[in-house]
This record gives sequence, C-alpha cells and structure tokens, in this order.
Amino acid sequence: MSSATGLPDQRFTVDRAVLISRLRAVLPAHALLADEEEMRPYDCDGLTAYRHLPLLVALPEDEAQTQAVLRICHALHAPVVARGAATGLSGGATPHPDGVVVSLAKLKKIVKLDPLARTAVVQPGVRNLAVSEAAAPYGLYYAPDPSSQIACTIGGNVAENAGGVHCLKYGLTVHNVLRVRGLTIEGDVVEFGSAALDAAGYDLLALINGSEGLLAMISEITVRLTPKPELAQVVIASFADVRKAGDAVASIIGAGIIPAGLEMMDKKAIHAVEPYVNAGYDMNAEAILLCESDGTPEEVAEEIGRMTAVIEKSGASMIRVSQNEAERLKFWAGRKAAFPAVGRMTPDYLCMDGTIPRKHLAEMLEAIGHLSEKYGLRCANVFHAGDGNLHPLIMYDANQPGELERAAAFGADILELSVRFGGTITGEHGVGLEKVMLMAEQFSTAEIAAFHRLKAAFDEAGLLNPGKGIPTLARCREYTQARAGNAAGAPGQA
Amino acid sequence: MSTLVEEWSEQVRAAARSGAHLAIRGGGSKRFYGGEERGEVLAVGGYQGIVAYEPTELVVTARAGTLLAELNQVLAERGQWLAFEPPACGPTATVGGMLASGLSGPRRQTSGAVRDFVLGVRILNGLAEVLSFGGQVMKNVAGYDVSRLMAGSLGTLGLVLEVSFKVLPLPVAEKSLRFSLGEAAALEKLNQWAGRPLPISASAWHDDVLTLRLSGAAAAVTAAGRTLGGEALDDSAALAFWQAVREQQHAFFAGEAPLWRLSLPSLAPCQKLGPTFIEWGGAQRWLRGGDPQEIRRAAEMAGGHATLFRADAALKAAVGVFQPLSAPLARIHRQLKLAFDPSGVFNPGRMYPDL
Repeated sequence: MSSATGLPDQRFTVDRAVLISRLRAVLPAHALLADEEEMRPYDCDGLTAYRHLPLLVALPEDEAQTQAVLRICHALHAPVVARGAATGLSGGATPHPDGVVVSLAKLKKIVKLDPLARTAVVQPGVRNLAVSEAAAPYGLYYAPDPSSQIACTIGGNVAENAGGVHCLKYGLTVHNVLRVRGLTIEGDVVEFGSAALDAAGYDLLALINGSEGLLAMISEITVRLTPKPELAQVVIASFADVRKAGDAVASIIGAGIIPAGLEMMDKKAIHAVEPYVNAGYDMNAEAILLCESDGTPEEVAEEIGRMTAVIEKSGASMIRVSQNEAERLKFWAGRKAAFPAVGRMTPDYLCMDGTIPRKHLAEMLEAIGHLSEKYGLRCANVFHAGDGNLHPLIMYDANQPGELERAAAFGADILELSVRFGGTITGEHGVGLEKVMLMAEQFSTAEIAAFHRLKAAFDEAGLLNPGKGIPTLARCREYTQARAGNAAGAPGQA
Repeated sequence: MSTLVEEWSEQVRAAARSGAHLAIRGGGSKRFYGGEERGEVLAVGGYQGIVAYEPTELVVTARAGTLLAELNQVLAERGQWLAFEPPACGPTATVGGMLASGLSGPRRQTSGAVRDFVLGVRILNGLAEVLSFGGQVMKNVAGYDVSRLMAGSLGTLGLVLEVSFKVLPLPVAEKSLRFSLGEAAALEKLNQWAGRPLPISASAWHDDVLTLRLSGAAAAVTAAGRTLGGEALDDSAALAFWQAVREQQHAFFAGEAPLWRLSLPSLAPCQKLGPTFIEWGGAQRWLRGGDPQEIRRAAEMAGGHATLFRADAALKAAVGVFQPLSAPLARIHRQLKLAFDPSGVFNPGRMYPDL
C-alpha cells in the first residue's frame, strides 16, 4: 500500500451497476447501501488514519443472504471486506475502493446457550460482552476480554484472534472457540472445528483464528464458556523504577505463579488515566503493576499472599490489595480506560501492539523514551506485562503537517525493535493495512510466499480482504531495499 | 543451516524431482498412528537439543529430534511441564513426533491440547525451504498461525525442525478421587462439575468406576475434595493410574481388538457401541472393536468424529484412519497440501489417502 493514502496495490475492475442490480435481487432494499452519504460511516475502522469509500455496503440478515452476496462477488470478481463492529485497530476492515463491505452487524443472535455443555452458539455480529452477560445466570462467562468488549463482535474477535487482560491464564480467542462455521468466497459452507474438542484433518480452526478475513467469511461460532471464579482480587503495586517493575513481572512468573491478569502502566499512562477515572493510582510512581488472582477463596488467599511477598521483595514502593469487588473494579477501570484517557490528551494517537520476551521490557521502555525525544512526540505505555504485549500510545495531531508520518515512523521503529528482541510486530491487534509493510521485517520472502500460497488454498481468486495482512512480494523487495539503503536501519514508512 | 538440515534439503529436492516419497521418522514410537508409512525413511531423530529455555518466559524451544523424556526432565528440574501431558507411546518419542501426532493426554480437558501450547515452528517444506512461523512469545498474530496447523498434521505439510512451546508451572497439589457410577450418571456428573469452578484436571471412566484428578493450589484441592466426596486414592496409586491412562497401559487398551477414538461433545449420550473408556469429561471416548461404519455414523450424528487409533493395516486401509471430510473441506486440505508440499514428497497417505 502507499503510506500516504493506504490505497491497496491491487485494483479490480468491477461494473458497479451490474453489481448493484445483482445484489438487489438477493438482499432486501434496506440491506444494500449505495449512496455516498449512507456509506460514509463505513469508510474506516478503529484505524481512522485510512479512509476509503467502498463500491457498496451489504448488510445481510442471514447466512443465505451472505452466501448469495459472496457468490455474486465471486462471479463478478469483486473484492469483499467483512466488517463486525469496526473496533479493530489495524485497518483489517478498511474498505477496498473496488469492493463490497459485508457488514455482519445484523447477525447478532445468540443461537443457543447450553449451560451444561458450557458452550454458546452465536452469530458473528454478537458482541463479546453480550455472551458473558447471557451466560452470567449460569455462573459462566466467555473468558477473552479485549478492552473493546462492550462493542466488539465475536466474529471480529475470531478474525483477529483477540486477546485481553486475562489471556496469560485463560488464553486467546483461539483457545476459547470450538467451532467456526464459515463460507468460502465461492459461497460453500465449511465447518472448522466441531462441537467436540477437535475435528478430523488439519487444524483449520487454528488457521481461521487471526486470519483477518482473508480465508473465509464467518457465519456462526461456537465458543467455550468458563465457570466464573468464586473470587478475584487484585494487587496494585507502585514502583519508583520501571526496571524494578519489569523484574517483578519475571519474579512472579519465576515463582510459579500464573496471575489471572498482569498489567503494567508507565507514568505517562498513569497521569493520563488518573484525572479521568480516579482509579486511585499512585501519581508519584514511575510504573504500576496490576496483578490479579482468581479462584476459590482459599486459593486466592494463598496466591495473593505469595504474590505480595514476591512484589515486596522486588522493591515496590507501595502495595495495595483490593478489599472488595467494587475496589477491584475501580483498580481495573483505570487500565481499561487507558486508551480513551490518552485520547483526551491528544487530537490523535497511534496504538502499537508489539510483543517481546518479558525480559526485555525495561530495555524496551527506555528505547521508547529515546524515540519519543527523537520524534518529538509524547508516548504513554500500557502493557499486558504477563505476556509481553506492549501498547505504546503515540500521540500526534493529524492536522499538523508531517505529524502522522512522524508518528508512523516512531511506531515502525518500535515494531522493528520488537522483532529484534525476538518478538513480533503484532500481539493481538492484527496486521491489517497498518502493519502490512512491516511483515517484511519479521518474515523472509519465502515465508511471505508461503502465506500467499496458503491464502490461495482457501481463496484462489484473492477476493477476500485483498491488500491486508500479507504484503505482495514486490512490496517486500521494495521494503528490503529501502531498509538496506537506510543507514539508520529504519525505513521510516509504515 | 546445520549440515543435517542441508542434507535433508537436498534429499527433499531430489525426491521432488524424481517424484519419490519420504517417510519422516523421529523415534518411531507413533508409527502405529495414521496410515502406513510409504517411501524412503527420512530419519530425523538425530536433530536434537534444547535450543532455548527460560523458565521466567514460560517458553522452551527444542529441536524436533529431542527426546520427549529429556524435555520433560529438563522442565521438571525447573518446576515446569508441558501441561497437556502428551503421551509418549514409548521411550524413543521425540518432540517433533509429539507435535506432528497432535496427541494430548488426560489434562487436555482443562488445560488445552498440543496446538494450544505451540508458539512457533521452523519447518522444511516440500520446496526444500526452511521457514519460520510464530515465535517465542505468548501473543503473536503476525501472519497465519501455521505453527498450530502443524499440530496433528502427521508430517504431511513438511518436516518440523524446531518447536517453541508455552510451558507452565507444575501444580502444587494433586488429589485423585474415585466414585462408583454407571456411564450415563458419570457423564452427567462430569458435565455438571465442569460448569463449576472446581480444579478438576483429569477424568477417566471405565467399568462403572469414575476417577477424578484435582490439581492446583493446595487450598483449592483440599476444598474441592471436601465438596466432591468420593473415595481418595493414595498418591502413588493415583500417579500410576494416570500414567497408565496417559500411555494407554491400562488393561482396557490391551489386546488386539481395534481401538477407536471418538471425539464427541462432552454431553453426547452413551454410544453403546462396545467396551468404552471415557476421558476428558466425556469428550474423548475409547472403544474396542465394533462395526466401523456404525461407529463413524454414530460419531458424526453426535457432532464429533471417530479415528481408527490402533488397528491392523488391512482394516486401516479398508475404512481409513480418520473420519472422511466434507467436499469443501477436502478440497481445502488438498490445496493446503499443495501449498506446502507441491510434489507430495512428505508422508503421503499418512492422514488421508489423497494427501
């Protein structure tokens, strides 16, 4: 893609009039949007820096309509971009200018919730939190809890393999989904996984999770529900030194403890959050850790004891333990509101998503501090410290000429560093449009070619979400050459 | 690239040119599983060694020929383990075979399967390219999740050279309980208990006896033991029992009758198809003998699938080892095989006859 516009390399010649007339034949009138006014709200997802109007927006109301839309798009060789709640941060749902956005927002039925089997069968447009709410009367919940869980959909969660603050103990989306019913671009129904714990053949369910809408359209999902722990308590610890906070994380894990959640925020993030939420965070701390234990009351008491002992030994300057559920939620409210809190401080921000081995946390934070000076942009840091997943929030103003480019270059530097530390450019937000060029940083040309062949195994015509996730080989060559030609080692283009 | 990998690359290139097949073999402990080996044996057991292990990162990386027993030992020394309790099926079992077979042990019902713990792989594909996917971190959504795809692919997509796994601390306390229950009652209880926050880590039912294992913090195990009742097993008997279940050394698994593995929704009713051994809270059911067509039909009707886990070559060839796939899925399987191994060099027929 071009860094300035986010326009895809690959363009398609689609006869819009023919497409409209064929889609009108299979969709109710209100389920097809063709006016610019009506389509405007669909021109981007959570990555608002890139906006394109699609040719059309389809809002199918059942699987048969979705299937019909796919068959028509396949026949007319029109690209298809699936869209849930569009909370994604990497541009996975950014429209293709020559294609159809298929919004699955109307498919929001919980088809079946079976408390004894501990499963829920849901349509892709069901919100993440709605599953847990429906399961609550049975003492069950859906474990993955991305920050956007109030709005984001399960279909989108599967497409991105969404994480959350509890995945060290409870896993990612891929660990909590049993079955995905999908449609190929040809409109064939395919079942990935099953109502059992596995399925015959290759583990295609693992491939579908995190495939960013490039392999199949999702039409139904069976998720696993987890018994709600009887009790949860969180330890909040202040540190006068970021390095000590990083070491505390390693010591907790080293002591054989797997916390239900283990989060870290730096001073800038604390200062963004505290005035906004009044979570009771220590404004003098250089970093705070949130460390949660859940289970039976006996188990939690034992584990909280062990956690506080380790944290104390790591040199925390202050330690508090939530004394009731209200206080626990208050402590978490700050962390969960980190993105909007930072959003209040700046006209725009970019959220990075690199993951690194935990041992490099302190080193990474220092490097980000230097980069912040170099680019003249503020950066607040929130981390899923337990699994090494960083969310540096780079603040910029898109109306200031050059700031977006500087922010993007700053972000690219962080992600390159993540790869150099032995990590990845994206832990849970996906590659999408945003990081597609950076894939060449992490993968060889042969690996990228293998990804293209894998995609073709599902979607030979290359119509499902083209231009996302995997860069073209030509772009990889350009990237590698630009990088080789850059003495600083940073191509400076995202 | 190591000399071994270079040699294998050359062998793969040569095989691809001449249309020959290679049968990947690590320790040979799981040759019984899947279709018959075809082609020249590619012995890869010599590619050994733990490449990286940092307990505080909860990650271990090992070469595929590393003995599973050695890996288990190294992890245990640091109070950690592979929480899916992979069955070895013999002392020669290797890490690569464990990944390729995709088999998980008693703890699968609560902790997850092999695929849930794979973080990254390095493979040699059918084009003789060495490729890396995933990595050594817990969260990684860059590119398709090829690492997990390798779990259970029986070497048909390429030769696994190196694997990174998430590891976990060993449970602090364990306790096993025994209950006298018929099959239907046991299934009902297992599903009810699984919906409650109890630290159940394994279950096995056979011959009207249900054995449960609790694992976790000492306080939680003790409290759950009180809640559940039953008769407590002494620790050494419990250890021996679960080891026998994990390695299929329990008396149920002895003898020559074909052994079927039914993977079913845990709520699926009693199948009444023959002698049965139930694990994974009802989700894994072993069966001796029986009519293959009837078994496959019953598994499908119940929402699951049936694998001919152990049987003689003639029966495996006649009815196939794995449940047949729907037409669109079978097409995707063939295309994926071509994407990784276009000349069909690796392990032909080990999973399905046309892969």
